[in-house]
Amino acid sequence: MSAYLDFEKPVADLELKLAELKKLADTTPLDVSEAVVRLEENIVQLRKEIAKNLTRWQRVQLSRHPERPYTLDYVELMCQEFIELHGDRTVRDDPAMVGGFCNMDGQGMLILGQQKGRNTKQRQQRNFGMANPEGYRKALRLMKLAEKFNKPIVALIDTPGAFPGLEAEERGQGEAIARNLKEMFMLRVPVICIIIGEGASGGALGIAIGDRVLMLENTWYSVISPESCSSILWRSWNFKEQAAEALKLTAKDMQTARLIDGIVEEPLGGAHLNHEVMAQTLKKVILDNLAQLNQLSPEERINQRIDKFCKMGVYVE
Amino acid sequence: MSWFTRKERGIQTPTEMKREAPDGLWYQCSNCKHVMHTREHKLNAFTCVKCNYHDKIGSEAYFSILFDDGEYTELDKNMLSGDPLQFEDTKKYPDRIRDTVKKTGLRDAVRSAYGKMDNIDIVISCMDFNFVGGSMGSVVGEKIARAIDHAIKHKIPFLMISRSGGARMMEAGYSLMQMAKTSAKLALLSEAKIPYISLLTDPTTGGVTASFAMLGDFNIAEPGALIGFAGPRVIRETIGKDLPKGFQSAEFVLEHGFLDFIVDRKDLKDKLSSLLLMLQ
Ligand SMILES: [Zn+2]
Repeated sequence: MSAYLDFEKPVADLELKLAELKKLADTTPLDVSEAVVRLEENIVQLRKEIAKNLTRWQRVQLSRHPERPYTLDYVELMCQEFIELHGDRTVRDDPAMVGGFCNMDGQGMLILGQQKGRNTKQRQQRNFGMANPEGYRKALRLMKLAEKFNKPIVALIDTPGAFPGLEAEERGQGEAIARNLKEMFMLRVPVICIIIGEGASGGALGIAIGDRVLMLENTWYSVISPESCSSILWRSWNFKEQAAEALKLTAKDMQTARLIDGIVEEPLGGAHLNHEVMAQTLKKVILDNLAQLNQLSPEERINQRIDKFCKMGVYVE
Repeated sequence: MSWFTRKERGIQTPTEMKREAPDGLWYQCSNCKHVMHTREHKLNAFTCVKCNYHDKIGSEAYFSILFDDGEYTELDKNMLSGDPLQFEDTKKYPDRIRDTVKKTGLRDAVRSAYGKMDNIDIVISCMDFNFVGGSMGSVVGEKIARAIDHAIKHKIPFLMISRSGGARMMEAGYSLMQMAKTSAKLALLSEAKIPYISLLTDPTTGGVTASFAMLGDFNIAEPGALIGFAGPRVIRETIGKDLPKGFQSAEFVLEHGFLDFIVDRKDLKDKLSSLLLMLQ
């Protein structure tokens, strides 16, 4: 445990105290075990309090926690085998988007998603999880393969946005995302999409058209990041908290608005505190949902997928 | 020279207002500053007689250019925006909508209509940039979706005219999902093998580019139109240097393979009907 967010400061203090107490236990004849237990309970209590009162901005912070599990962490923890596949067959391989076939408890499936880096070098290599058009085209190529071999698709979404670069524009970022939206509606195999971190705008939606769209508890999904929203609507970067509130971008908000199908619970304090438990929870959710979706014919799935998204929107006539 | 001072002032006001100035006998091109008779400008499909600058016109003007005798039937005319998120930035969203409706006489950023174009049945959805930057909220998504439904039901071609800054932030998640909704309907239109022409005009960016605008069987654009996913300012900030000249222009996008052709607005109707006739 190393990185604490500002609102986790009281927990950090207690955990420091706990560490000192444990060290003391080695050097003193006094029995501190009772104090240790009490302190540990206090920490859990405090974590629960914090979790109950998280603001929207704090959830955004949690979604970006540097120790949060990323796509390939889930792949490793959920699958017995994974064969990564590369390239869009046109331009190059995009390291910000990963994918391949995996074996999850005996079930073959395609798993794909944006990939962030853990350290400075990796972060650059992965372009901070911001895919270029070739990333979206690789994703589509793999999804078409899954359809061909009748394997379900799991998309893990974690991106601050599609990359807004020069070459991205030259190679048609807009076209790449648009094509994915249209094609994903017609996929004959089950598609499960899960926001595991950040779900920023078209860059997230570009792999998020599914029979099930789920969000982990401490993630966000919206049309724009709170920072950019602040800069455009308030003409200043300083209103990100207000922007996060206004955008109603949390899992709970998105479920209330019926823009997603469900929420996946995270371990107390957030997914970053226990990758193993988070991955096992997610695996169960994926397998349960797959079992449900397998009951439907491809036509039923496609019709329901289209109907679901076509109902989204609020207007008066 | 009194008209000239008025036009000077007009540079600060939106194009539509300029064009419809109460005594709007004269129109000044915002590109080359050439002054021409308003009627002349209109007869020239709202392009400059001197420099061919394509003025940023809205649905009313496009409908008058494209539908035979300017006759059409509007779809979902009365649909208005809701306020699902009780969104408030420096202004409450419903207040912003109400003010914009009053100012523009429009109800939202898209209008849909059907009619005849050179005697060919056609459904057209056309965006109005005047209305909150042509941004896409629930009304825009739903009206486009229903226009496509109309095209499928009656088996008639669909023309989408885009001019938009992208998403409508005040509808947040709902706005994002309009990209999905319109793409779903276009997938159905495709299955029905009904032609879809997407005309991209100045500017077309963001979530509109990343959904229906780029999904045409034919993607076409007006000359000089800015077309992109990210806006130029964002890209400049990302790469930390100035953008090459002509970057994200229709000509640039054509060169990179994302447009079928660029069409002068004066030839638009002819070219569209020729194309559709060849497909019949
Ligand atoms: Zn001119």
